[in-house]
Amino acid sequence: MTALQTTPGLPARGGRGGAASTGAVPPAAAARRPRRWRGQLTAWAFIAPVVIYLVLFYAYPLYRNIDLSLRAYTLRSFIDGTAPFVGLQNYFDVIQSSTFTPALINTAVFTGVSILFQFSIGMALAVFFFRNFRLAATLRALFLVPWLLPLLVSASVWAWMLNSESGVVNAVIEGLGLHQINWLTSPQWALVSVIIANIWIGIPFNLVIMYSGLQGIPGDLYEAAALDGANGWQTFWRVTFPLLRPVSAITILLGLVYTLKVFDIIWIMTQGGPVNASTTFAIWSYRLGFGGESPQLSPAAAVGNLLIVVAFIFGLVYIRVQQRVVRS
Amino acid sequence: MRNPRSWWKTAVGILLTGAMLFPIYWMINVSLTQPNELRKDPPNFFPVNPTFDGYSKVVGEQLPYLGTSLLVGLGTVLLTLAVSAPAAFALAKLRPRGGTALNFILLIAQMIPGIIMAMGFYLIFNSWGVLNTIPGLILADSTLAVPFAVLIFTAFMSGIPDELVSAARIDGASAWRTFRSIVLPISRNSVVTVSLFAFLWAWSDFIFASTLNRGGDLQPITIGIYRYIGNNTQDWNAIMATAVVASIPAAVLLVIAQRYVAAGVTAGAVKD
Repeated sequence: MTALQTTPGLPARGGRGGAASTGAVPPAAAARRPRRWRGQLTAWAFIAPVVIYLVLFYAYPLYRNIDLSLRAYTLRSFIDGTAPFVGLQNYFDVIQSSTFTPALINTAVFTGVSILFQFSIGMALAVFFFRNFRLAATLRALFLVPWLLPLLVSASVWAWMLNSESGVVNAVIEGLGLHQINWLTSPQWALVSVIIANIWIGIPFNLVIMYSGLQGIPGDLYEAAALDGANGWQTFWRVTFPLLRPVSAITILLGLVYTLKVFDIIWIMTQGGPVNASTTFAIWSYRLGFGGESPQLSPAAAVGNLLIVVAFIFGLVYIRVQQRVVRS
Repeated sequence: MRNPRSWWKTAVGILLTGAMLFPIYWMINVSLTQPNELRKDPPNFFPVNPTFDGYSKVVGEQLPYLGTSLLVGLGTVLLTLAVSAPAAFALAKLRPRGGTALNFILLIAQMIPGIIMAMGFYLIFNSWGVLNTIPGLILADSTLAVPFAVLIFTAFMSGIPDELVSAARIDGASAWRTFRSIVLPISRNSVVTVSLFAFLWAWSDFIFASTLNRGGDLQPITIGIYRYIGNNTQDWNAIMATAVVASIPAAVLLVIAQRYVAAGVTAGAVKD
């Protein structure tokens, strides 16, 4: 929360926390800054649209969502606009529901396993591509493709590749003399399948950020390590890895926040099934609100709000870490 | 650094890239496979006997969806630029009171899960009467891009020398004039980056489309594909052909603007 406590009037920091180029503006340069066109009024005239936007399209939907979770909204509520206030009843119902425990475990496993693999594969690739070889830049650019594709496209492709009878993955498995796996339709493989697809989608993001982290390490450190006779393995664990720690922390925390939200991939591939085998909080919330014939918007909002609390906790940690990194 | 022994690294690099891009190759391969060969076991690993039936179905059935997505994407870009660029100029150059708090709120805003926004929008749009409309979808999709856009613009505009801005002021330019005629043209690169991402996110959006535009006449391509999967699970060659067409903006983006993409990913996360 330090960001909120900064005095806005201080020349070097006023209003621009976060961006690295903020830097420290020398006092002389700060004095030469253009003095304000009719001061704060002008500045806020420029900012007003975004503030109104944030209030109308972020704060208000969030407020409606919280309000929704504290009422019993039914189809009738849409017509006459009334819904009885029920306090925390929706939250109690959701927590006592038989879906709660599987959804909690699936969300934790999906997020944890996805991040673990995305991050380690992304870092390994970043280190590999950082070594200057022919075509390195082109190949690294091609690695971005999965990240740019619409999630719905990636999810459909994976759904077909993992199809039990006609999928290419099972064709290869059977070619190796093993039995086919019912990737998307068996309870023990559904979660694994969506995790595999999600790892594939997340690798480019981790690769790019870790690569930019590598670019920030001064080259003479490697020269010094080489002079001291360190081999590649030692150089990585003693020089590269420790210096990448701040960037790694940011990458992982951002990954957590993004992975908690993942919806498209799971919904397209398994719809959270079979039964609840791949249901996460995001899927559960969607299914309650929009998945069935009769929408249960109030419990759906309660599930969503539980998810947001978790996302916010990681989000605050991310902002703290990021500010520490920018400052150092 | 380049030495004659690095050829094997190139070979490994090509292999890794090939493995990574295999699903994309497979999408193209299936889109060209004859429908009666789709269930063949083992499948054809190459389009030995290619057909373009899938693509002619795309042209026949999916064009309205593609048109809607294009419209929604462009609308999202315009709205995002209009809201975020002026605010970023103020944050970077006019030192408003409360600017730090605003930055903080923008960072937090990016982290709200889409499903939660979708539910709030559903109620609000229902009472405003913009459910199932293109303006409604543009509004919702722009929330994917606005916080990111302000942060990118602010980071970029902070790098513009203050001397330029003060020179304009001394010459008697108003703040708006300075923004329009000096700061915005210099920030061309960040305008490109923001536009590309805003377009791509709107184009790819499924959660808002499937909640806020489930019954409309004009639906985006993601819904087109989703319906396709639901209606005819047999016709995967047409589904994959649609998927290939829906990926074109991503491909174009990568070819013409690769460096902006990498810059965008990095700036969005670490901002340096």
